[in-house]
Amino acid sequence: MATGTEPPGTDRTATGVRSPGRAAIAARHLRTDRWWLSPAATAAGLLAFVAYSTWRAFANADYYAAPYVSPFYSPCLAENCVPMRGGPNWEIFGSWWGLSPALLILVFPLGFRLTCYYYRKAYYRGFWAAPPACAVAEPHRTYTGETRFPLLLQNLHRYFFYAALPVAGILTYDTALTFRNADYAWGHAGFGTLLFLVNITLIWAYTLSCHSCRHIVGGRLKHFSKHPVRYRLWTWVGRLNARHMLLAWASLISVALCDLYVYLLATGTFDDPRFF
Amino acid sequence: MTHVEREQWDVIVVGAGGAGLRAAIEARRAGARTAVVCKSLFGKAHTVMAEGGIAASMANVHPQDDWKTHFRDTMRGGKFLNQWRMAELHAQEAPERVWELETWGALFDRTPDGRISQRNFGGHEYPRLAHVGDRTGLELLRTLQQRSVGLQQEDHRETGDHEARLKVFQEFTVTRILKDGDGRVSGVFCYERESGRFLVLEAPSVVLATGGIGKSFKVTSNSWEYTGDGHALALLAGAPLVHMEFVQFHPTGMVWPPSVKGILVTESVRGDGGVLRNSEGRRFMFDYVPDVFKEKYAETEEEGDRWYEDPDHNRRPPELLPRDEVARAINSEVKAGRGSPHGGVFLDVSTRMPAETIKRRLPSMYHQFKELADVDITAEAMEVGPTCHYVMGGVAVDSETAATVGVPGLFAAGEVAGGMHGSNRLGGNSLSDLLVFGRRAGLHAAQYALSGAGGGVVAAQVDAAAAEALAPFGSPDGHAPENPYTLHQELQQTMNDLVGIIRREGEMAEALERIAALRARARHVSVEGHRQFNPGWHLALDLRNMLLVGECVARAALERTESRGGHTREDYPAMDRSWRPVNLRCHLDGDGIALERTRTEPVRPDLLALFEREELAKYLAEDELEGGRGA
Amino acid sequence: MSTYDARFRVWRGDAGGGELTDYTVEVHDGEVVLDVLHRLQATQTPDLAVRWNCKAGKCGSCSAEINGRPRLLCMTRMSVFARDEVITVTPMRAFPVVRDLVTDASFNYAKAREIPAFVPPAGVGPGEYRMRQEDVERSQEFRKCIECFLCQDTCHVVRDHEENKEAFAGPRFLMRVAELDMHPLDAAEEAGLDRRRTAQEEHGLGYCNITKCCTEVCPESIHITDNALIPLKERVVDRKYDPLVWLGNTIGRRRNRRAP
Repeated sequence: MATGTEPPGTDRTATGVRSPGRAAIAARHLRTDRWWLSPAATAAGLLAFVAYSTWRAFANADYYAAPYVSPFYSPCLAENCVPMRGGPNWEIFGSWWGLSPALLILVFPLGFRLTCYYYRKAYYRGFWAAPPACAVAEPHRTYTGETRFPLLLQNLHRYFFYAALPVAGILTYDTALTFRNADYAWGHAGFGTLLFLVNITLIWAYTLSCHSCRHIVGGRLKHFSKHPVRYRLWTWVGRLNARHMLLAWASLISVALCDLYVYLLATGTFDDPRFF
Repeated sequence: MTHVEREQWDVIVVGAGGAGLRAAIEARRAGARTAVVCKSLFGKAHTVMAEGGIAASMANVHPQDDWKTHFRDTMRGGKFLNQWRMAELHAQEAPERVWELETWGALFDRTPDGRISQRNFGGHEYPRLAHVGDRTGLELLRTLQQRSVGLQQEDHRETGDHEARLKVFQEFTVTRILKDGDGRVSGVFCYERESGRFLVLEAPSVVLATGGIGKSFKVTSNSWEYTGDGHALALLAGAPLVHMEFVQFHPTGMVWPPSVKGILVTESVRGDGGVLRNSEGRRFMFDYVPDVFKEKYAETEEEGDRWYEDPDHNRRPPELLPRDEVARAINSEVKAGRGSPHGGVFLDVSTRMPAETIKRRLPSMYHQFKELADVDITAEAMEVGPTCHYVMGGVAVDSETAATVGVPGLFAAGEVAGGMHGSNRLGGNSLSDLLVFGRRAGLHAAQYALSGAGGGVVAAQVDAAAAEALAPFGSPDGHAPENPYTLHQELQQTMNDLVGIIRREGEMAEALERIAALRARARHVSVEGHRQFNPGWHLALDLRNMLLVGECVARAALERTESRGGHTREDYPAMDRSWRPVNLRCHLDGDGIALERTRTEPVRPDLLALFEREELAKYLAEDELEGGRGA
Repeated sequence: MSTYDARFRVWRGDAGGGELTDYTVEVHDGEVVLDVLHRLQATQTPDLAVRWNCKAGKCGSCSAEINGRPRLLCMTRMSVFARDEVITVTPMRAFPVVRDLVTDASFNYAKAREIPAFVPPAGVGPGEYRMRQEDVERSQEFRKCIECFLCQDTCHVVRDHEENKEAFAGPRFLMRVAELDMHPLDAAEEAGLDRRRTAQEEHGLGYCNITKCCTEVCPESIHITDNALIPLKERVVDRKYDPLVWLGNTIGRRRNRRAP
């Protein structure tokens, strides 16, 4: 018994796996596993985050509940920011900025993650279906990858990495501030403190596991043996880098959870459980 | 007359493994336009399967190593049957050949001071094997492949054509060496596997570098390509084969699952500390140290274990005896009922090294067992048993030039050439053999070709070759058509059962009868389909070669009434010094094989002087000893 | 030892056309897909064309697609499939087919020739090479490659876009560029060859959108994307996309493009 297919060459527009000369198989792919699950889950996860963060970034409210400041709004760079005692208020943009101050700072983490080598894979597969999964034909007629504008700009990833470092630094400062109570007295901690600690650890781990970071600390060298310290750093970053995907998701979720926690505190949904 | 396309070259290299590519590189460098013909895709040759390393006395790890020690080890391993001048050249030139690979981009594992690291191996007195993890053969082949491409890039810059001076005809099979009216080589007849079209490559020099004959045996570590093509081509062209009774059974092949039975477990497993145990948990190799090796090997497990750390003050464990000894020992244990569940013995590293070390030092072995047998070698022992691995015998060649005996213009290098390894090859010596004699064959083939030798192709030979190649498509006139796969399986079973590790007179006589019957049936082989990439047809054509080679092995093995190296006779279990100076040569005689006894050239006195007289007395015949002393 | 009958669908045909053909074939314990295809050859279809060689995952000859996934036939154990599953075997779908499971791999050999070979350092003779283990390890990982070309087969850049074959070397050969660029003694730069720039401009590194299918299919588990392609992209950034240099170059190139 045989399942016939049309000989190749009959369709002049045939391309990709149906190009003339290749084995004449009509199906775009023959995978029998649930290959669509992974891109679908990726797309759903990213969409959920985008929806949530868009809402929160434009909300311009409920981002401060002493001593916690939402990571979406830190540092707060406009005059219209809620005053946060000892907190990250730097009115660089003055009073003319009328929109949500989150927009000013989110550009940097957004750029960092948008050009991140992991997220690129995730959204090229999940949203753009280029390719949807391995050996599953993509729907596009042409493909130029990252050879031209705008995707050529992906090469700027390392500059976003540089920008991500001070942002992570400020979030570390914010985390330090969570060791105060609502009256700004030091030496206290609540459930939020714990959450912020987890978040900042994940943020740093994600930031330092970046491929650009790995390149800069040592990957660019030709002779590791002549730079033993940088070689060791490269080895450490490499170990983190192997978990870059995991860290990308974990830190994305943790940053959203921190924000959500602040929102819930600020709207009075519940009170921060205090440890001491 | 059949119309067959023809091309003119200076040198044709048959085979694109280590020896073939090294020959091609050298021939091209010597100014000869060189064509390489290979059965597989470029870069897939069986050389990639070599794991352990390349033996070369660079003395990077042990400063006392030198070519003389390497020569001694090689001669001892081969039980003094080696063509001694080959062994000498090999030991002297191997370091240069390895260093040269580095200038072509090879990346060996390093010593702490940045030189090429060298590892211990069975039969080698010092750590001597340049290696890359356990994929040294792949590194060697890829380096030669990339060097060939590099030369093609140079030619492209100069002439605009990548293939002006070095061309690879991949997936072509040579079925005949063509000769001119004076008996000199004039080219080869081949077919393209992909399309089935015929092609005649004309050249005054042909280098055979086709590897071995393992596919004549059932349990083998060799790939399908190892059908003894070069051996058979040389016989058919009129060149003799030598030492064909010596077939190396590697002691450690996988025994389970059945589909991978025979696949190699590298000797490095033992070199790095792996031990062999029987079903009773006993390290049985201590019971099998032969007298000639008694002083060189540890007598207790404790001493053997100390050797890994302190090789200067301890003797090595007997797991590292030459391959023939270990293979026989395993065979005996299994026969005595002390084997593993699937008919092998246990090879264990899991209790000897931490899991991380195993994964780092033996990555492909870890991978191979995990993927193919679902065995985690860091947690449990492997099951291993002997597998047909290498043929010491091959085309008789001149030591210096690799020229075959009796056929001007025909050269041979690598496994297809005989003599270098005597009756048993040491691990690591095959890769260095490829490089040393590959280069020599290429150089001398080029010099011969450029000297203006060689005549024209005789049309009748081309017609005959074409008719021979097409015969399997014809009707088997009145006879029942024979299936090539069936014949092949029967031959493999015959060789394995009757001319295997342990040989007996009656069985070998029976093998010869069966081979004769198979040869008669092979005349009626019939295949379906057409000439385009037809594996049934390809096998039908390879059968001729396997049958010829199988007969050589059986005939020579029947004749040699002693046990030595890769030839063990149950009815003559001891080594017999009077056989030492005797070589058995196979010739084509009508349809079959005739044997001829020749006497080897006496070993040069200065080389004999490298050995203690006591040791020589174990190997050399009485008159040879006298001769040696007299000189 | 147990045996059972498996259902196979094998693509049979050549460049002129073909079809998936159904077979029922016996399977024994511990076998791989290649064993079953060999049994088909020996018992039902003696002319079934399939490339293979070492049968131990070391030579990279038996590349094909099993149930739509690029794999080595010799390294795919039958035990990973359910006994009632239909197992579909096709040739690699990114290359022209020759016959049955055999494809024309010449694309890869053409690309191999486009990557300039190792350039030995001047003044360092054979035997004088000194390299530290930590310096050779990166390139050694890439040299584990068995050239099965499954990464080239799965890469959507050429699999789904025949027209990109001209400009794109594919993961295997971009990895080769990375290997040479990371080789501690490669003297390409001294010889006037900029491997980083050519990776982007001649071998099409920019086409790679790091979706990692090459890494997923690699039977040698080489981290092609993380250890070769991305580091190479970063090296290209060093060379080409330093913002100031980049701005100048981009403007310059635009002008050049308009000029003729």
